[in-house]
Amino acid sequence: MSAGVLLRRELALAWGRGGGPLLACAFYTGMAMLLPLAAGPSPQSLAVVAPGSAWAALALASLLPLERLFERDFEDGALDLLTLGPLPLELVCAIKCLAQWLATGAPLAVLAPLVSFALGAPFSLMPLTFLCALIGGLGFAFTGGLGASLALGSRRGGLLIAVIVLPLFAPPVIFGGGAVAAMAGGLGWAPGLMLLAAYSLAAVALSPVAMAAACRNALS
Amino acid sequence: MRRPHDRRQALIRSLLVEQLAVARGGRGLFEDLSFGLDAGQAVVLTGPNGSGKTSLLRVIAGMIRPAAGQVRFVGADGDLETEAARGAGLHLLGHQDGLKTTRTAWEELSFAVRWTGGSDASALAAMEALQIARLKDLEVRMLSAGQRRRLALARLVASPRSLWLLDEPLAPLDSAQRARFGELMAEHLAHGGMVLAAVHDPLPIPARGVELTA
Repeated sequence: MSAGVLLRRELALAWGRGGGPLLACAFYTGMAMLLPLAAGPSPQSLAVVAPGSAWAALALASLLPLERLFERDFEDGALDLLTLGPLPLELVCAIKCLAQWLATGAPLAVLAPLVSFALGAPFSLMPLTFLCALIGGLGFAFTGGLGASLALGSRRGGLLIAVIVLPLFAPPVIFGGGAVAAMAGGLGWAPGLMLLAAYSLAAVALSPVAMAAACRNALS
Repeated sequence: MRRPHDRRQALIRSLLVEQLAVARGGRGLFEDLSFGLDAGQAVVLTGPNGSGKTSLLRVIAGMIRPAAGQVRFVGADGDLETEAARGAGLHLLGHQDGLKTTRTAWEELSFAVRWTGGSDASALAAMEALQIARLKDLEVRMLSAGQRRRLALARLVASPRSLWLLDEPLAPLDSAQRARFGELMAEHLAHGGMVLAAVHDPLPIPARGVELTA
C-alpha cells in the first residue's frame, strides 16, 4: 500500500517536467550517432564494434538521471518526510531505484537493440540485446542509486556520481557485452546472461543497505 | 465540516527527553536536557540562534544521534519501540517545506498525507481548514512562501500522527493565518495531540517553555 504510493510518486517525478527518460534516450541515440563518425562508417568495421559500443553507451546513458534521484529530495527537504514514513529507509531507497529502472532503464532497453541494429549488428542479436539491457539496467539503477546516495550534498554531484559508479559498471558491461559477443560468434551466451543477472540481483539485494546508510549520514 | 482525527487512539501518548546531550561538528550544543510532553500539551523551545533547537527536533525525529541521553516515546501500554514510534507516530516540519516545485499542490499533499497514514479525504479537509483548497491544481512554484507553508502545515493536520515537531512553523505566515493555525493546533491538542515547536515569536496557544542556552 505505502510502497505503491511511493512507487507512483517516483514514477511521476521521473516522467514529470524535465523528462528524464526522454533525455536519457536522446543522449543514447546521440552517442550512437557519433560512433560511426569516430570509428569510420564502413559497415564491416562498424558491425564488429556495434553490439559492444551500444552496450557501453547504454551504461553511460543510465548515468544521466541519477543526479536527481536523491539530490532533489535532499535539497527540498522531502527526504526528511520519506524517513518518517511507514517503510524502512532501505525499502524507500530500493523503491526509488526500482522506479528509476522502470522509468529510464526500460525505455533504454527498448532502444538498445534498435541502436545496435542501426549500427550494423545482425537482426538475430536483437532479442538478446534487449534482454541483456533490461536485466543490466536493473543493476545499473541500483548501483547507480548507491553512487547517487553517496554523492548527496556534495557540489558537482553529477560528476562525482559518474566517478563512483563507472568502475562499478564494469562487471555488467563485461557480462552483457560478453553474452552478446558470444552469440554473435556462435558460442554459448547463457553464462554471460546468468552472470549479468547475478550481478543485478546482488545489486538489488545489497545496495539498499548502503544507500540507506548514506542517506542517514547526509541527513544527520 | 472538517472532522479532525481522533488522537485518543494515538500511538504516542507522551514524549520523554532524558539527560540529552547533543554535539554538532565536535562542538557541544547543550547537555543534560530533560523534559516531558504529555497528550494535550504544547512545549515551545526557545533560545538564541545556534543553541540547538533544530538539532533537538532532528534528534527526536531520529535523524541525528545524540551524544548522550535518550528520547523515549510512551504509548498506551508503556514504552514504544523507538523506530516504530517514529515511523507511525510523529511528524516533522523543518525549515524547508519539502515540496516539489514542479508538481501541483494536490499531488504533493496527497502523496505526503497517504505516506504518513492519512487519506485523500483528510488531505482535502486539511486544505479547506488552511484555506488553500482553491490552490489545489496550481503547481507549487506558483505559490507564495506563505501558501507553501500552509500546504506543508496541511500535511500535519491531515495525518493521523499525534506528535508534531515544528521548526519555526509560523515564520512566513501573516497574522490571520497565524491565528488560524493556532486554532488548528489547539484542536490538535484537544484531541490528545502534542506540539513541540522551536520558535522566536510566541506561539498563539498556551504552551510551556523550554529554553536552550548557547
